Amino acid sequence: MLLNQFLLLAAVLFCIGVYGVLVRRNGMLVLMSIELILNSVNINLVAFGALTDDVGGEVFALFTIAVAAAEVGVGLAIVLLMYRNRRSIDLSEADLLKG
Amino acid sequence: MSALLAAVSADSDQFVAQNVFFGVIALLMIVSALKVVTTSNVVHAALWLVLVLAGAAAQFILLGSEFVAVTQVLVYIGAVVVLFLFGVMLTRASMGDDETAAGEKRVMAAVVAGLLLAVMSVALIDTFADDRVVIDEPQLVSTVADSIFSQYIVPFEAVSVLLLAALIGSIVVARKD
Repeated sequence: MLLNQFLLLAAVLFCIGVYGVLVRRNGMLVLMSIELILNSVNINLVAFGALTDDVGGEVFALFTIAVAAAEVGVGLAIVLLMYRNRRSIDLSEADLLKG
Repeated sequence: MSALLAAVSADSDQFVAQNVFFGVIALLMIVSALKVVTTSNVVHAALWLVLVLAGAAAQFILLGSEFVAVTQVLVYIGAVVVLFLFGVMLTRASMGDDETAAGEKRVMAAVVAGLLLAVMSVALIDTFADDRVVIDEPQLVSTVADSIFSQYIVPFEAVSVLLLAALIGSIVVARKD
């Protein structure tokens, strides 16, 4: 198998995730798009690990999975707090820091 | 998309079965990912995300990384998606938006994502023109374990502390006072 087919798949998923982050206004859906991005990075790490026959790629994919889990936990807590304070998770309304 | 198909068909004479499976799963993943970012129902988006994550697990198996594939299913599909569904349940009142996202914003986001994809594709095709992944045998779980607990022990402990900090942090943030 070509290395590029995995890398291009990951690039497509990454760009779909970027589109989602930019276009979505619901906080939950933005978090899901971030999951898409992190997952595409995992595909890259494992593909490069298989290319160099080094276990480091897999180990770092596992670390990325752990970091993504932590990110979702904190992100959901923030979204819940926002919902509790404003009764809405529309991110375009979260502009308190706007100058 | 067409570059992906071209890359798949380039060496289809050697690994027919792998390439067919790769193509089918990749197509499923891309369609599901597009559904995740376009559907207006939050629960449906979470369920489409399950398909993308399962497809990624299948790609890991194709690359011979069975432990990462199992962890992907356990952590992502088992825990993260359930967490998302809980989040949707707790913030239910604000569902069904995103129809309101401005068309102009949508076009700009599509342009940004498309440009990013074009740049990355050109760079990847230029750099890794025909590097091949040869998987003789799957990476053993014992190899991964040995590596984590010897060479990568410090990052492993750092990730443990990070998880603890995230746990405490999310409890503190979401706690009712």
